[in-house]
Amino acid sequence: MSEQTLDLNLQEVGAAFSDPVLSSQAVFRAALAALSRPGRIQSVPHDAQQPPGATPAAAALLLALLDPDCTVWLAPRLAGGAVSAWLRFHTGCRIVSQPAAARFAWSDADQLPLLQQFALGSEFEPEISTTCVVQVKALDERCGWRLSGPGIPGRQRLAVAGLGAGFLAQWQANHNLFPRGIDVLLCAGQFLAALARTTAIEA
Amino acid sequence: MRMCDPPGSLERDPNVNFAYLDERTKRMIRRALLKAVCIPGHQVAFGSREMPLPYGWGTGGIQVTASILGPRDVLKVIDQGSDDTVNAVNIRRFFQRTAGVAVTTDTTRADIIQTRHRIPETPLREGQILVFQVPAPEPMQRLEPRQSETRKMHGLAEYGLMHVKLYEDIAHYGHIATTYDYPVLVNNRYVMSPSPIPKFDNPKLNMSPALQLFGAGREKRIYAVPPYTAVTSLAFDDHPFEVQRWESGCALCGSRASFLDEVLTDDHGGRMFVCSDSDYCTSRQGADVRSVISDGG
Repeated sequence: MSEQTLDLNLQEVGAAFSDPVLSSQAVFRAALAALSRPGRIQSVPHDAQQPPGATPAAAALLLALLDPDCTVWLAPRLAGGAVSAWLRFHTGCRIVSQPAAARFAWSDADQLPLLQQFALGSEFEPEISTTCVVQVKALDERCGWRLSGPGIPGRQRLAVAGLGAGFLAQWQANHNLFPRGIDVLLCAGQFLAALARTTAIEA
Repeated sequence: MRMCDPPGSLERDPNVNFAYLDERTKRMIRRALLKAVCIPGHQVAFGSREMPLPYGWGTGGIQVTASILGPRDVLKVIDQGSDDTVNAVNIRRFFQRTAGVAVTTDTTRADIIQTRHRIPETPLREGQILVFQVPAPEPMQRLEPRQSETRKMHGLAEYGLMHVKLYEDIAHYGHIATTYDYPVLVNNRYVMSPSPIPKFDNPKLNMSPALQLFGAGREKRIYAVPPYTAVTSLAFDDHPFEVQRWESGCALCGSRASFLDEVLTDDHGGRMFVCSDSDYCTSRQGADVRSVISDGG
């Protein structure tokens, strides 16, 4: 426990929600709506001061959901910046160095490791898997992929700017693992859209 | 007549946190709910808390509602379809006092509906959340009491035991005798207890536009069915799933499409059948009470 000392300058750490109770609830409901309706874009308004390098929606999600019970893996750019100190100061979460040891992951789209490197859960406890919060350049639900699966009547379009070319093949493998697998929250600006492990994607 | 507390009759108690639970408990439940939604029908363990009412009175549903509820949500609570039975009234007042939320008996106006043993007759819409109180989340518990074994069965999708149980019903009684808590298959993968709703309500679980969350307080399990998710009732090709039917309509509103409760009216065998969904029945009586009266006359 003690190897993670928190070396920070409080003057530089941005504030969290001014109303932690109601803001956490509102952000959670956006995440719940997003995972219930994969591909549908949800707005995440909040008043926290996210650190440099953090997307507003991603910062709000992690602020609302994390506490000392949670392990988090940060992609290199976020781990090296002010994000790590901000997140640990406000939530008390534990930062881990291996994606497979993390219940949550926070990454820019261009630094996302292979999805199979995250915790995938077991057949008996598929919920013990990583929830990945991925910062992307833009989201658009009028074009792009065709999503199907639970939460989607018919087909749902979703275009995601910034993900690597290999993502779709990795997602297909993740989807095929069901009930194991990771779940992804894609964040752009103050918006988010989700891919549950049940979501099938056609290019 | 609609039963409703007059505005301002229940003040928000400033000495408890919003919606009663502490924030760290809510976060734990919220994380469990998000994973439950991603694995439709799978039971996720959670750290169920002591609540100010006993197990069996909806502690699981209350903890789920407390974790999702916001100040602008409109809450409806039903017990066996009724808004004005003890359990429903108490839970509604609990959230008025601890969260100061608006409450309603009108299914169409509610954002969150906590329910014990029914799904409302009025079709639900997108954006609504239905929270079920669940006494026994494990559908195979009576067949295999060891949780270590049922967990393996779910993990391996080995549901032969459940089908044997239904088959034994047919062998004994000539039909599947389960009438409530009738097991369902969710997203073609997990066998799930729909909670003790009558099997009449099972078809409403399928492809519902509303999000359906299930909380079992004593058993410490949460599970979910996302909107637009396939939910099928277990059956056999030669013994298809069927719901209850009644010979007559509701004695009060005349509906032939709703689930009816038998009500004794005297000590001489007098009885009548009325809708179990009180909001559905009263709104229909308001709409066409005259036509029912003339039909009856």
